[in-house]
Amino acid sequence: MNARSSLHRSLRLPHDLPLESGAVLPRPMIGYETYGELAADGGNAILICHALTGDQYVASTHPLTGKPGWWTRMVGRGRPVDPARHFIICMNVIGGCMGSEGPASPHPDGDGCWGLRFPVITIADMVRAQAAALDALGIGRLLAVVGGSMGGMQALQWAAQYPDRVASVVAIATAARHSAQNIAFHEVGRQAIMADPEWQGGAYTAAGTNPARGLSVARMAAHITYLSEAGLTGKFGRNLQDRAEVGFGFDADFQVESYLRYQGMSFVDRFDANSYLYITRAMDYFDLATAHDGLLAPAFAATSARFCIVSFDSDWLYPTAESRRIVQALVAAGRHVSFVELSSPHGHDSFLLDAPTMNAVVDGFLRSGEGAAA
Amino acid sequence: MSLSPRLHQIAHHITPGASVLDVGCSDGLLLDYLRREKQVDGRGIELDAERVARAVARGLSVVQGNADHDLAAFPDASVDFAILSETLQAMQRPDEVLAHLLRIGRRAIVAFPNFGHWRVRANILFGGRMPVTKGLPQSWYETENIHLCTIDDFRALAASRGYRIIAQRHLWGANPQSAWPNLLADHALFVLSN
Repeated sequence: MNARSSLHRSLRLPHDLPLESGAVLPRPMIGYETYGELAADGGNAILICHALTGDQYVASTHPLTGKPGWWTRMVGRGRPVDPARHFIICMNVIGGCMGSEGPASPHPDGDGCWGLRFPVITIADMVRAQAAALDALGIGRLLAVVGGSMGGMQALQWAAQYPDRVASVVAIATAARHSAQNIAFHEVGRQAIMADPEWQGGAYTAAGTNPARGLSVARMAAHITYLSEAGLTGKFGRNLQDRAEVGFGFDADFQVESYLRYQGMSFVDRFDANSYLYITRAMDYFDLATAHDGLLAPAFAATSARFCIVSFDSDWLYPTAESRRIVQALVAAGRHVSFVELSSPHGHDSFLLDAPTMNAVVDGFLRSGEGAAA
Repeated sequence: MSLSPRLHQIAHHITPGASVLDVGCSDGLLLDYLRREKQVDGRGIELDAERVARAVARGLSVVQGNADHDLAAFPDASVDFAILSETLQAMQRPDEVLAHLLRIGRRAIVAFPNFGHWRVRANILFGGRMPVTKGLPQSWYETENIHLCTIDDFRALAASRGYRIIAQRHLWGANPQSAWPNLLADHALFVLSN
């Protein structure tokens, strides 16, 4: 069952995966990484869920970019999620492009890759795939599910969808629904990809083209939403890039332009354009209250999990108001919840950066859960 | 870690194994004590982010929020004790917060500085100035304490709302003060029920 398909460690689910849309994904592949050892009683398993453009390489070197893991500040020796005491699993979401079944995976017919034939997936589908993969790995109840941004959405979805299978939920810089503004920014990104002639109606692999420009623009627009006005001003201001005065043209005169172009270009080397369409769609469809007539609290009625919710004051993508809404629902549902809004100038990306208070909060939260379990 | 006499007095009224909501719980010192010493199932709410972070780092279920606005989400009769310690006088609407405490908790424990204490009275009477005392150390223009009351004021509020006073304790410093509490006690604790 286990295989290291080309670059990524992965497994193929032993059964088909039914999706929220009604479609069925035949025996999808799941790319994953693990750190630490599973305890004899299986009680130390923590699932880390990644964000939109993240992957399973949470605490190990990325095989494509050679960069260190994307959340080594949270996961690693001496960190709140610690392989010395936890068995840590991180999976690439379905729809992704790092070893999990996605639009760039080979179609089961053997007729090229999925492309736009890949079914539209949701956050609930991602979580269902993770649960199935954990079944395959012999992992039952999770000590914790931890995630930021889209990873936080999955963590919340876990408690709603598998209420008895998770003891603690850590959801950072996230929301229980996508707002009109969130959807709007994603639509800009998708339109940028689809407007690239090399996108070829999604069939760029067969056509031998690459919609890198469109994907790069999508990444540039999205990247702005991950930062803050104060953060951009502090980092770049109106500083010019390698020149003493403006060039009266459309080169990257300003440092911020050069920075965004670099962010866009480096992204296309590691990410599939169609995956970007599918995963942003999944996020846009996300609203935990939909299944409960618009009420959020009932989504948390069945679980006995404890929750740790953290927001950042400069995060305007998933602002504190959305975290408060989650907290109020959890309180109303009678759940044990910890919530704090932390101060940081770095916007949404704060959760990925050095945040000692966030680490202290998550560490204390996880340890007290372990004490209760022992 | 030992508790101050005031917090200790609150802890004294909590039955072992009870569920507790501590409103204005600061960094969770009381909740931590109750969890360890009385196996209490505790939750807290606190306005200040740094205090919340310290409480959560202790492994306590504490949410950052404002008692004037954020108590409404808590379900009816969801805890045995709702505690309001040294916070009543900083509320926009102490009466509404008190009503929430008795909606959420089967009992409410409210502890506050007594503005009827003779030192306070003497400050105003002889000094002609708003009092600055050990219990109320800030000047009038910078204090968070916007709704100070005396022990008799509090009794009157409880009576007007039909709350039952189950127990009351009055302190002068660290010592009990049973005679003329409204004049001689600088601190009061009430246990209320509906």
